[in-house]
Order: sequence, then C-alpha cells, then structure tokens
Amino acid sequence: MTAESTPALVHSAAADGLADAGPSAGRGPRARNTKAYLRYAAGKIVGAAISLFAVLVTSFFLFRLIPSDPVKHMTGGRPVSSEQLENLRREFGLDQPMWQQFLDYIGDALSGDFGMSYQFHAPVVEKITAALPATLLLTGTAFVLFTALGLWLGTRSAWRHGQKGDRFNSALALTLYSVPSFWLGLLLIIVFSVGVGPIPGLFPTGGLESGSESGFAYILDVAHHMVLPVITLVAVGYAQTLLVMRSSLLDEMGSDYLTTARAKGLRDDVVRRRHAVPNAMLPTFTLMFVNLGHVVAGQILVETVFSWPGLGGLFYEALAGPDLPLVQALFFLFAAAVILANTLADVLYPLLDPRVGR
Amino acid sequence: MNVRDQHAPQFESPPPARRRRRYLLASGVAAFALTAGLAAAPAAPAAPAAAPAQAQQAQPAKAKADGKTLTVALAQSVDSLSPFLAQRLVSTSIHRLMYEYLTNYDPKDNKTIPGFATEWKSSADKLTWTYTIRGDSKWSDGKPATAKDAAFTFNKMMSDPNAAQANGSFTSNFKKVTAPSDTELVIELKTPQATMVSLDVPIVPEHIWKDVKDYSKFNNDDKFPIVGNGPFTLTEYKTDQYVKLKANKEFWRGAPKFDELVFRTYKDQDAAVAALKKGEVSFVAGSPALTPAQAASLKGEKNIKVNEGPGRRFFAIATNPGAQTKDGKKFGDGHPALLDQKVRQALFLSVDRKTIVDKVFQGHAVEGEGYIPPRFESYFWKPEGDQKLAYDPERAAKLLDEAGYPLKGDKRVGKDGKPLDFRILCHATDPNDKAIGKYLQEWWGDLGIGLKVECLDDVSVPWYAGEYDLAFDGWSVNPDPDFVLGIHTCAALPEKAKESAATDNFICDKKFDDLYKKQAAEYDPAKRADTVKEMQSWLYDSGYMNVIAYPNAVEAYRTDQIKSIKTMPEASGNIYGQDGYWSWWSAEPASAGSGGSDSGGGGDDSGSTGVVIGIVIGVLVLGGAVFLLTRRRAATADDRE
Repeated sequence: MTAESTPALVHSAAADGLADAGPSAGRGPRARNTKAYLRYAAGKIVGAAISLFAVLVTSFFLFRLIPSDPVKHMTGGRPVSSEQLENLRREFGLDQPMWQQFLDYIGDALSGDFGMSYQFHAPVVEKITAALPATLLLTGTAFVLFTALGLWLGTRSAWRHGQKGDRFNSALALTLYSVPSFWLGLLLIIVFSVGVGPIPGLFPTGGLESGSESGFAYILDVAHHMVLPVITLVAVGYAQTLLVMRSSLLDEMGSDYLTTARAKGLRDDVVRRRHAVPNAMLPTFTLMFVNLGHVVAGQILVETVFSWPGLGGLFYEALAGPDLPLVQALFFLFAAAVILANTLADVLYPLLDPRVGR
Repeated sequence: MNVRDQHAPQFESPPPARRRRRYLLASGVAAFALTAGLAAAPAAPAAPAAAPAQAQQAQPAKAKADGKTLTVALAQSVDSLSPFLAQRLVSTSIHRLMYEYLTNYDPKDNKTIPGFATEWKSSADKLTWTYTIRGDSKWSDGKPATAKDAAFTFNKMMSDPNAAQANGSFTSNFKKVTAPSDTELVIELKTPQATMVSLDVPIVPEHIWKDVKDYSKFNNDDKFPIVGNGPFTLTEYKTDQYVKLKANKEFWRGAPKFDELVFRTYKDQDAAVAALKKGEVSFVAGSPALTPAQAASLKGEKNIKVNEGPGRRFFAIATNPGAQTKDGKKFGDGHPALLDQKVRQALFLSVDRKTIVDKVFQGHAVEGEGYIPPRFESYFWKPEGDQKLAYDPERAAKLLDEAGYPLKGDKRVGKDGKPLDFRILCHATDPNDKAIGKYLQEWWGDLGIGLKVECLDDVSVPWYAGEYDLAFDGWSVNPDPDFVLGIHTCAALPEKAKESAATDNFICDKKFDDLYKKQAAEYDPAKRADTVKEMQSWLYDSGYMNVIAYPNAVEAYRTDQIKSIKTMPEASGNIYGQDGYWSWWSAEPASAGSGGSDSGGGGDDSGSTGVVIGIVIGVLVLGGAVFLLTRRRAATADDRE
C-alpha cells in the first residue's frame, strides 16, 4: 500500500517546495533543488565516513580498557609453559607497544584486513563472512515479519483507537516486548520442541540444520529450524513498530486533510490507506532503518538459546577472550551497519518528505 | 485525488475487502518464503566454503538410517581442528578420537597402557627413551602409520614455534628425536623427564602434514575426511554447528560399536537438556557440570540416566604469598598478614567444607582434602590426624591470638593498630564463587576478620599483578600430575613484574622445588607417587593453597539410545572429557525398538517426515493467526458500517 500511495504524497509536497523556492539566477528551480539535495546527501555521507573512522579508532581502545589477558584466558587450564605464553604473545603482536599496535591496526583495517582471530587461528574477515549469512537469514526474516506485523497492527490499532481490539493489541505487544527473549525462546523450545501434554514436539531444539539433508530438503530443513527463533524475535520485536505506527497515525487522524478526503466521499479504508498512512509512515520509516541496521548485529541471546551459528554468538565468544581482532572487527561491523542504515535513511528521507534537507 | 477512487462506489460489498484479505495473507506467506529462500541461498554456498568436501560424504545419512548414530551435545564450539593449535577441551577430546598418542591411560585406574607404542624403555642414564611402535596401525587413507610419523610430529614441534603452540610444554626438554626403523622411536632428553609415559601429543601423518606451510594458520579443516588413525575418522565439520566422525572399522583395539559420532554445539545448557529429553541428542555433557536443577529435572525421566562421578577438578582458595619475579623482585599489594602461616591456617580452620558441599554444590561435590582429586588414586593424598585443618573456629581464634592479631571489640587488630581486612578475587561468571564468598564473609567475620569479595569477569589482570590477598582457584588435573605441581615452582614465576607466566599463585619454595625435581626424574611409579604426596603435604601445611571441594562431573544420557558406556575411572567416573577415547569407543547402541517409542520425540529418526509435518503445521498456525486477525478486522469493519 505504501508503494502505491507514496508518489502522490511526494508529488504534492514537492510541489509545495517548488512554489516556495521560486526562480533564481536563471537556473531552473528543479536543478537548484537537485543541487541542494546533492549537497545535503554529500554532507550526510561525509558525516557517516567520519563516524565510521571514529568507530574504528574507538573499537581499538574500547576493548583494551577491559582489563584482561587474552593469552592466559585462551590457554586457561591447559599445561602451557612460560615459553609458550611468550610465543603466543609475540604471534598476536601483544608484545609491541600500544601505539605500534594501534598504527598497525588502523593501517591494516583501512585496507580491509582485520587480522587473525586469536582463538580460531583464522582471518577475522573469514570468520565473519562465514557467520554472517546465518545471522542475515534469521534476523532478516524476523525484521521483515515484525515490521510488516507492526505496521499492520499499528495501523489497525490507531484507526480504532480506544476500542477493545486496540487495547488488546497494545497490551499484548507491550507484554511480549517486556518478555526477555531468551526466556521466551526457552519456553517455546520446551512447549513446541520437546512437547508438553497433548502438544507434540514439532520443531528442532536448536541449530540451523540437522546436517543430513541436501537440495530442496535442506532448504525445508533450515526453514524448519528457523520457525521458533523467528517467532521469538518477531514476538519480542514487533511492539516497537506497532507503537510508533500507532502514535504517528493518531497524530494524523485529527488532520483537516482527512476530513477533506472523507468529505469527498471516500471510503474509510481508502482514507486510511491513501491519505493517513503514508503521512504517518515517516517516523516508522526511520525506526525501520534503525532496525535494519541492527539486523547485522544479530541477536546474542536468541542466537545462544537456539544455538544459531551467527554473529551474535561469535561476538559473545570473541568478547569472552577477549579475542581482540575479532571483537574489534565485529564492533566495527555492527556500528558501521547502523551508521550506514541511518545514512541511507537520511539520504532517502527527502525523497519521501521534501521538507527535510532544504 | 485519484480518479479511480472518486468513482468507486461508496458502499462497497464485502468482496474487495475479502480480496484484500487474501492478498494480505498471500503477500505475508510470500514474504516469509521469499526471505527464507533468498537468505537460504547465500547460506548454502557459504557452508561448503568451510567444508568443501562434505558433499561427497554420503555415508552419514545411511548410518543414520541404521540408527547407530551417537549424538553428543556440547556447550563449546571447536577452536581449531589442528592438534598443534587446539586449546579447548572439545577440540582436544576430538583429537583423542582422530589420532593415536604414544601411550594411553587405563580406564580402570589411570595407569599408563600401550597406545601407538606397544612398549617403551629408558636407558640407564634416564636420558634416552626407546618406544616400540605398533605395526598394525594404518592411516585412514591406507598408508601405514609408523615411527617416522611420530618422529616427524615431535621434530616439527621442536623446530617450529608455531607447531608448539598447544603442546610445546611436552617437547621443551627434548634434545633429539629419531626413527631408526618403522617400529622404533628414539627420544633423547636434556634432563630426565618422568612424563615420558604420558606424552599427550596426537601423532599426525607425515605425508599429509609435511606440506603444511604455516602451522599457525592451518586449521586442518580444508580436506575431508581428515586422515587419522584413531578409533574414529572425522568426516564433516560445520563451524559452530557440528562435527561428524565415522567409526574406524579397522582400529587395532577393535571397531567402535556406533557407526557415527556427532558432536553438536548447544550454546545453552537448558536447550541441550531439552534436546536430550526429546531424544534429539543421546548425551549431554555439562559445562562444567549439569546444574543441580537440571540434574534433578532429568532424574525422574524415563530412559534417561544421570551419570555422576568424581570430577577431575579441584576448587581451592589461594593466598597471595607475596608476588615476585624469577629474580626475586617483589611486586603487588598482597596483605602482609598473610605472610604468616598461622594466619593462613586460621583462615582455613574456619571454613566449613561440608556446608559448602551441601549448600553451594548441593551435594554434587566431594569435600576437599589434598591437592590432587581422589579419582587419581595413585597420587591422591589426604591429611591425617593433627595435620588436618578441619573446621575448628576456636583453634583458628587461638592461632590468630598467637600470631599477634588479638580481638579488639569485634575486630582482629594487628600490631600497627589496623584491623584485619582481606580481599578475595572471585570470577564474576561463576555463581559458586559468589555463594562461597558470602559464607566466608560470615565465618571469617565471626573470627573478627573483614572480607571484601571482588568479582571480575577476567581476574587474570589483578592476579598477575599480584594485587590480591586471596583468590578462588581451580585446575583440571591430568593423570600425570607434573603440570599442576610445576605451576607452584620458582621456575614458573614471571620474568617481569605483572607479566603473565605459568605460575599459579607465585609460590616459590626451595623444599617444594627440590621435591618437584625429584619426582620429575623418578621413573619408578611408586617412588614418584611418594614424592608427589610429600609435595601435597607441604602445600597443605603452607596454607598457600587450600582445596575446598572436588566438584563432581554431572552429565546425562538416553538409555534407549546408549545401552552401555564406559566411565573413567570405570567403577565410578565421568564420560565426557576422559583421558583416552574409552567412552565413545566403548559405547554400545541400544537395540532398535527397545523403548524410545514413548519418548514423544522421534527427532532425528523421523527425518524429513518430521520436517514436513513441522512446516505444514507452522504454516497452518501462521495462516490461522493471520486469518483470525483479518476475520476480526472484517467483523469490526462490518459493525461500523
């Protein structure tokens, strides 16, 4: 419904913008507007680049503030001699002075090399690209579902605010929102995976696959493993979108243009779909991009409960070390994803609402 | 605005609404399917990148059909499959199954028995060891496994520091290793070394490993099956998910009884317990043990056996003896009162071990005595008679008076007029530390001593800086005690202040060091054991290290999948993390049809049928929910009109 109606909104609003701008220096107002937009977008992109670099620097120092000894932790409880400890420290570059480590890190990171993981003896980039698809699959699916569900229920709630359905929806969403995700996940495992009473155990208790299927059966198998973690993420996650959508639609509902639309004799549904929702979408749009940024970060707790082989679990293992190269790269990736998603939202926003960026 | 809208009839009949409802439902399902499909696509090719050869492995499915797969739920994931790099217990346990070690440990009593070597002898000067290598061991690619492979493995570790990362401590005293023939391995030592009959080093095939360029970067996971000669052959590995091993039918000690062994990562122990209840896994290893609540919930279950045996860990309280470097430079800020043996002993006289075992470990532990846990019978020592520091607060108070810390008011005060207040380092991740900390505060508070429990995620920094008074300590002990004794010698102290080193607790004492050297050079097991016991006696009296408890191993398995399995020690012991491959090698599958039908799960066995049913029901539930919600909406819309 958004795709259908957004152009109308943009058009009318853009027309307002043009009227305000007026002619200048012999150039067409459209060209001037485009130029303004490009300047705005470039500003945002430069800002993002600066933030990214700041994150890169922070990631180095942040995890060195935590007092810890990666080598001792890694070899914990094993028969290792002082000589072995020293060799490991040398291999990891921990015997170098801090400034030298920092310069090496920044130099390598700028060329896309985040070093070798201490614990896994493999390039950090390789470890991350191996775990990324699993996380994108899980949180991406959940993101699409909880955004759709939140938008839909939020719209319904606002349109009939105060009624039984609205109160039920909001209460349920808030309740689920306040439930700890790992607890809900565990509950779902006990009820729908092991089975309780007459409910049979239908879903696997964890993992991404059973490890014996291939081809189409493999896809089915993965989908089967995804059901419970996705339900957990959606249940805990949709409230945000619902509430933002509900409140911004409520703000629109008293507007004159809706009265006008109704006066034209439009059906209630059409008024909502074509006129109210597109305008109420803007705050939700921002939230969607914030959530989109978090898709990459995965969900440490849900990934742990369902033993999902994604980035959340990897981050947890990396932090425990701390496996400095891995933890730095993941921190950078997570922050970068949020920064990029926000920048994307900033850059796209004027296209939806021309009042922004002028 | 829109022309079409203006001409739309004002009072529409239900059809468009229903159409939209259907449209909504369809788009919802499509979105789900699309994202699942799209995202599954990149996930699929990414996996083979980690395990390129897995596609050729057709056996697992067949083995599963036979029902002879043993699935083990583990909390850890593999760090490296290279025996030269792996540090984690899960990885070293898997190496035990993949490769032979020169010697093995008898599951009955931990004594050394033949492994890759059938017999061994040392020269009169104790510096040359000659091992006879068995002629009936073959690598899984058909080539014979010989003494040359063993010589290659040790020489590599001696010449390349990258190959010494994991097990370098075993070869640091080696002078020269040669293989005069296929069945003879000769190791020359710099000084006598008693651990020559417990070299826990996996022997790798030379013809595979000689081509490895950088041992610090090679994880042994690019070609499957991995060539080995142990009771199992590793056939498939998916990072962070599972490791699959196939039984080696030609194993010289006899073929394992299960056809396939799968180690599956369950990061959450409660989820692993759920998987066991369902029958999706046959065995759950605790990490480090099942919690009392988990054990209790499993005890009543049908077809599940909770195995509780003596563990290999000790849980102790260490006192800072005054941190120092190898050349005697003092550092850190350990409390000076603890330099007095009487004060240290007074502290341990007022620790009620029984209460700790009953209340904190809830019975899943044994009261601590000597340094080495009782499961290692031949080295176990315990204090008798007067030597024993049993719970005796009165004697503790008397010792403190003698040491010059009389009670003033309700506080013990030293000569300098300052009250006696200690700090104890605790692991924030270990609930036992915190609980015991509370008890210590109470007991030592009764004595007039203050205690601050300082819990940290990583205690190693203040620890190696010597900035602690007391600390919760613990080690997992091997059948050969050399390592856990060596960490209390002067040689283990750091070169520089605050640098981490092999030392556990900065202990450096001439008598202990002399005894350590004596046991290290003693090749007669009984005489060596006597020296080791003498060392434990010294350690006990010193009050530097006081063992509070030996936590039990608590784990569980399904009796309808595993008929029998060897514990170590055999009479009563643990299953996961043994010294040797006894448990998985000996495990016998329960005959099909014996139980299991009422376990409700079916899990792995029902295979794709279960998957299909699950998905169908999932879609139905999802569809039903969407349908119900839209119905409700339609109904209210009708009401409005």
